Amino acid sequence: MAAHEILAATNAVVTLDVAIPGIVWPWLVTVNMWAKSIGTGVIFMLFLLIRKYPDQVEKLRFPTTVVSIIFIHIFLLFTLADLHQPFRMWHIFFYPHLNSAITVGAWMATAFVGLLFLLAFLSFIKKDNAAFDKTLTWVTILAIPVTLYTAGLMSQCTARELWQMPTESAQMIFAALLSGSAFMILMSGSKLNYEAKKTLGVVLGLSAFMSFTLYMSEYIFGPMKAEEVAAVLEYIKGDGPYTVMFWLGQWIAYLLPMVLILLSRVSKSENILKLAAILALAGLWLVKHVWLMIPQLLPMS
Amino acid sequence: MQLGFLVDLHLCMGCKGCEIACKVENEVPLSTWRLRVKYVDVGTFPETKRTFTPLRCNHCENAPCERICPVSALHYLENGIVNIDKERCIGCAGCVMACPYGAIYIDPQTQTADKCTYCAHRVASSMMPACVVACPVQANIFGDLDDPTSNISKYISHNQGNVQVRKPEKGTNPHHYYVNGGNVTLNPLASQREEGHSLFTKITTLPVGGHH
Repeated sequence: MAAHEILAATNAVVTLDVAIPGIVWPWLVTVNMWAKSIGTGVIFMLFLLIRKYPDQVEKLRFPTTVVSIIFIHIFLLFTLADLHQPFRMWHIFFYPHLNSAITVGAWMATAFVGLLFLLAFLSFIKKDNAAFDKTLTWVTILAIPVTLYTAGLMSQCTARELWQMPTESAQMIFAALLSGSAFMILMSGSKLNYEAKKTLGVVLGLSAFMSFTLYMSEYIFGPMKAEEVAAVLEYIKGDGPYTVMFWLGQWIAYLLPMVLILLSRVSKSENILKLAAILALAGLWLVKHVWLMIPQLLPMS
Repeated sequence: MQLGFLVDLHLCMGCKGCEIACKVENEVPLSTWRLRVKYVDVGTFPETKRTFTPLRCNHCENAPCERICPVSALHYLENGIVNIDKERCIGCAGCVMACPYGAIYIDPQTQTADKCTYCAHRVASSMMPACVVACPVQANIFGDLDDPTSNISKYISHNQGNVQVRKPEKGTNPHHYYVNGGNVTLNPLASQREEGHSLFTKITTLPVGGHH
C-alpha cells in the first residue's frame, strides 16, 4: 500500500509530477565560501596585528599575502568550476548586470586579487613596509565587501527563505574572522609571541561564540517566522538527512574551539590553541555546507 | 503592453496536452520541462479528489531571476515577457536558485539556464503560445493585461475575488494568474511529496545540468 493512501482526509499528496531538480549549488560552492573566508580573514588578522603588535609582524607580511592569494584563487577556481559555461566567465566583465551581487562580487574580487599582488610586490620585491601597511588599509577595507557579497548573493535568492540579510552578512564576517584567526595561529609559528597568539585566540573564540549564537537563534526562532524556514530546518532536526552533519559542524567549528581556547588560556598552551584553530577550520566547512544544502532540498513548486 | 497568463484550474483536466505541446514547440530536452502539470490527490477513499496544476514561469514584474543574473541573459522584453539569451548565459545557476517557483532549469544539452518564455518567438509572429493552442478546454488564457478588452482582462474581471498568484508574499508580482486555485494547488508546502513515489516513475530528483 502506498503511503499516501492512509493519509488523513485533510492531507494532500503529490501523485504525479516531473522529477524536480536536485542540488543546484553543490559542494564546490561550499569550498568557494570556505576558501574566501580564509583569503579575506587572514588579511583582517594581519591588519589587526600590525596595529596591535607592530614589532611582531615583520616576517608575516609576505607569507600572509601569499596565503590570501592562494585561498582567493581557490575560491575563484571553484567558482569557475561550478559554472556550467566556465569559458563564458568573461561575459561578467563585458555584459555586466550591476544589480546582481554576482557581478559586483566578481568585480570586487578581481580588484582584490590585483591589490594582493601589489602587496606581494611591496613586501617581496620592494621590501617597503610603510607602503605595504598603507596599501593594506585599502585592501582590508575592500576585503569587507568581498567577504559580504556572497551574503548579498544568497539573499538575492528569493526562493531560499533561510538565507536572510543581515544574518548572512554577520555569518560571513564571523566566518572570515574565525578562519582568519585560526589560520594565522597555525601559520605564525614562532613569528608571533604568546601574547599576540592569545589575541588571535580571543578573536577566534568570540567569532565562534557569535556564529553559534546566530545559528541557534535561526534554529530556535526561524520556524516561528516563516513556514519555508520551518520546513527547511526540519532537515537538521530529528532524524533529518543533515542533522548529524549540522551538529557535528556546530561542535567542531564553534563549541569545542571555545572550550579549547579557555583551556589554552588557563594552561598557557599554544598546542591547545592550535588544536582549536584546526577544529575551527574543519568545522567551518561542515557548517557552511549544511547551510548551503538544506534550502535546496525543499521543492519550490 | 503587458502580456500575462491565466489558468482556470476548474477547467484543467490534467491531459498534459500543454506540456507536450511545449516540449515539441521548444525542443525541450529529456528530463527537463518548461511547463508541467502537477497532480495532487486530496482526501481518503472514497472521498478523494485529484487536482491538476499547470506550472510554468510566472514572468514576474519584479523577477528575482532577472535581478540575480550577472550578465543580463535574463531580461525583460517590451511586452513584459522575461526572456533568456542562452548565448550570453554563463550557467552560474543563480536564477535557478533565485526563482521562488522552481521554473528555471539548466538545459543538459546547452548547459545554460532555460525556462518558459511564453513562446516569445510565436508571440513575435502574432501567434498564441503552443500550450494555449493545445489546450482542449481553453483553460489557458493568454493576452495583454493592459488591454481591458483582452480575454485575460475580461476573465480576471469576471472572476474577481477568485484570482490567485503563487507565493504573493515574495513580492515578485507574477503575471501568471490562477482562477479556482487553492492552497493545495498553489502552495508546494501544502502537499506531501513522498520520496520515490509517483504514478509512473520512481525518479523524484534529477542531477542539475545532466551531471552530478
